[in-house]
Amino acid sequence: MGKTNQHLPLWEVFIRSKRGLDHKHVGSLHAADAEQAMQYARDTYTRRSEGCSIWIVRSADIHASQAEDSASFFDPADDKVYRHPTFYDIPEDLKI
Amino acid sequence: MSAALFEYTLRLGDDALIDGQRLSEWCGHGPFLEEDVGVANTALDLIGRARLLLAYAGTVEGKGRGEDDLAYTRDEREWRNVLITELPRGDFAFTTVRQFLLDAFNRQLYERLCLSLDATLAGIAGRAVKESEYHLRHTGEWVLRLGDGTRESNRRAQRALDDLWPYTAELFESDPVQEQMEAQGIAPATASLRAAWLHTVEPPLRSAQLMIPGNTWPQTGGRQGMHSEHMGFLLAEMQFVQRAYPGQAW
Repeated sequence: MGKTNQHLPLWEVFIRSKRGLDHKHVGSLHAADAEQAMQYARDTYTRRSEGCSIWIVRSADIHASQAEDSASFFDPADDKVYRHPTFYDIPEDLKI
Repeated sequence: MSAALFEYTLRLGDDALIDGQRLSEWCGHGPFLEEDVGVANTALDLIGRARLLLAYAGTVEGKGRGEDDLAYTRDEREWRNVLITELPRGDFAFTTVRQFLLDAFNRQLYERLCLSLDATLAGIAGRAVKESEYHLRHTGEWVLRLGDGTRESNRRAQRALDDLWPYTAELFESDPVQEQMEAQGIAPATASLRAAWLHTVEPPLRSAQLMIPGNTWPQTGGRQGMHSEHMGFLLAEMQFVQRAYPGQAW
């Protein structure tokens, strides 16, 4: 293995395992362009019949939430139980 | 048994196995991890194809030889692969250009073999043609990348093409076995196969700024068991375990 990888862009791979299901992120790989990334995704992630559709996205095009934002992003949702439907009592006459 | 059908099936099987063996030498030595996996995948496809073909050859022969007997106990002169498959793997450009030329050949050959009047060969071809179509897509991309890449990659790809081209004539050779198979509707005609192959390889080579060599001296002999000096070493490595421990199985 050479040091080529440091020059090749990184791609994220999403595989749909069955028709009707969603594409799921399965991993990433290095490739020079989209066509090559597609081939390597096929060779690396679908060789045991794992999928029927592949998406690839340049990792650089993904905008990720930052770990340091976690407190302000996600913690406030923890104490708002009323956002879950199970919080509400369903009136008797609505029940089946 | 049909001697010609045995011989013909052996040729197909030997081409696939020796090509697969050479390609598998890249496992762990690819230019980078992703390509390493890609090359090994192709090698496994070819070895899987060889297993089906050699098993069928053994059945046609009717002497109780199975795929392993044919793969691991035949000596050099009994091998029927074309010479281009046994050449040492060389650099990555050499391996890639060779595989491109062979993938294009296999793509055309197996597409026609799907229509073979021999039902087993037609069945194997149905699977093989899909594999070769993908192999060709992969090596076709690489030929473009190398040929139309840097000055160094173009130089290496052109050198590989110059070295390999004389060996391609053997893919389209005719002899009594081939003629008999064509007459029986089992094998496609070599002449039309060559035209289709040229039509497949010329445009990508041109796009890749690679020049097809002019008049070359065709290299031949594999179908008659007359191999290059590289074949013995390849067999020594491939057959070692069965030679040292005869009859051992997984």
